[in-house]
Amino acid sequence: MRNVITIAGKEVRSFFVSPIAYVVLTGFLLLGGWFFFNLLFRFTYTLTLYTSFRMSQAMAGINLNEHVMAPLLHNLIIILVILVPTITMRSFAEEKKSGTFELLLTSPLTINQIVMGKFLGCLFFLFVMILATGVYPAILLIFGNPETAVMASGYLGLFLVGATFVSIGLLTSSLTENQIIAAVSCFVILLLLYVLSWPADTTGAVAGDLLKYLSVIEHFSEMVKGIIDTKDLVYFLTLIAFCLFLTQRSVESSRWR
Amino acid sequence: MVEVSSLTKYYSDFRALQDVSFTAHRGQILGFLGPNGAGKSTTMRIIAGFMPATEGTVVVEGFDVFRESHEVRRRLGYLPENPPLYPDMTVSSYLKFVARIKGVPQKQISATLDATLERCSLESVAYRLLGHLSKGYRQRAGLAQALIHNPPVLILDEPTLGLDPKQIIEIRSLIRELSGDRTVILSTHILPEVSQICDKVVIINEGRVAVEKNLEELTQGRTLEEVFVDYISKDMKEKETEGEEHITLEDPITP
Repeated sequence: MRNVITIAGKEVRSFFVSPIAYVVLTGFLLLGGWFFFNLLFRFTYTLTLYTSFRMSQAMAGINLNEHVMAPLLHNLIIILVILVPTITMRSFAEEKKSGTFELLLTSPLTINQIVMGKFLGCLFFLFVMILATGVYPAILLIFGNPETAVMASGYLGLFLVGATFVSIGLLTSSLTENQIIAAVSCFVILLLLYVLSWPADTTGAVAGDLLKYLSVIEHFSEMVKGIIDTKDLVYFLTLIAFCLFLTQRSVESSRWR
Repeated sequence: MVEVSSLTKYYSDFRALQDVSFTAHRGQILGFLGPNGAGKSTTMRIIAGFMPATEGTVVVEGFDVFRESHEVRRRLGYLPENPPLYPDMTVSSYLKFVARIKGVPQKQISATLDATLERCSLESVAYRLLGHLSKGYRQRAGLAQALIHNPPVLILDEPTLGLDPKQIIEIRSLIRELSGDRTVILSTHILPEVSQICDKVVIINEGRVAVEKNLEELTQGRTLEEVFVDYISKDMKEKETEGEEHITLEDPITP
């Protein structure tokens, strides 16, 4: 465990001593802030419209959770699809390129420890990113009355999706020593996972269900609605464990190649 | 003590090593010589446990590199050809990181760090970024990394590469000082270096051991340059008579 923490700590340090962390955080918050502003503005606009026309029934149908938080979280996922590859691309590719991989592999560490350390390091950074977006729900809580539990469930979903993305990023980074290849292939896989369920309604029952099950967004949508189902948790945790296992295999086999 | 026996290594179809065997004893500095591409770095990487051999075994301090890799890695300091440094870390934070992953107990880390910085004359640059250091300091940081956990076996791949004459002398005396009761294997291109610090010499050529002898036995009054060229060309000739296909340097271009 000590070794895992040492590797994770080194990983976190290297994020924050290089400009990458600040560029990624700024971009994430800038885009997130813009989306939040846009959604909130539209919400108040709709609300005033309904009020002026005295549409009390329609007014009862709109709330902050469904009309601001849910679309905001969906938008944040899209930003993560773009930004997570830039967080994870260095993890193994850079070590291989610069020769520090030799140091790690000739130290008394197991490959599991290296992979877990890298994963936890990236996860910590992701946590900081998501934590920083906490200002949006905080604003809603101060000036409105959204349901906290639903928001918390949505945030848990956001974090789980982010963790899944990180594990995929680690896998693509472990397969190459070129950071750009690592980032691009990770981005392609993430986007594919995101849009996988799009043809689900037209491909027939079995294929449709399968596509829906494989797509991250279907599981995430449930959590955004406030439903924490074991089915969805199992999906995320299995995908993370599977990617980390493949990463471990890939690092192990890089010795033999 | 390091015992290398009948190592063979293939990179897909290319044979990098063929039946390489030699032994380095405790307290000995073994000089590992050979032309470029002879397989020096490959051998050292295998000894350090970075990659496995296709055939053959390496035993370090009584532990097999393949089966008891973890035990070997605790007892071994390895300086690869390019020092494995993180350019965005300072010298001291880098060495602290290495000490932790090499298994130095938490309480001893700061004492170990100070001792290693002093030993490698790195105190003046302890808080500078590795990426900003000159080649000489980077090489020394690489060496510090290899010996921070006080390993009984040191594997140094061209430790004096790219250093100026003053730094070379410093590194050499450091290596000699370190040898004491350790086993040191170092590879180099610089022959006088070997005659100055090594006890034993192994010359390899095209992946095969051409000679393994103690220094005095080998030179017998001659310079090491003469011996080296002698053995390499002898090895080439032997290979030719074996009827193996390769490009010889002495192809007749006589008019």
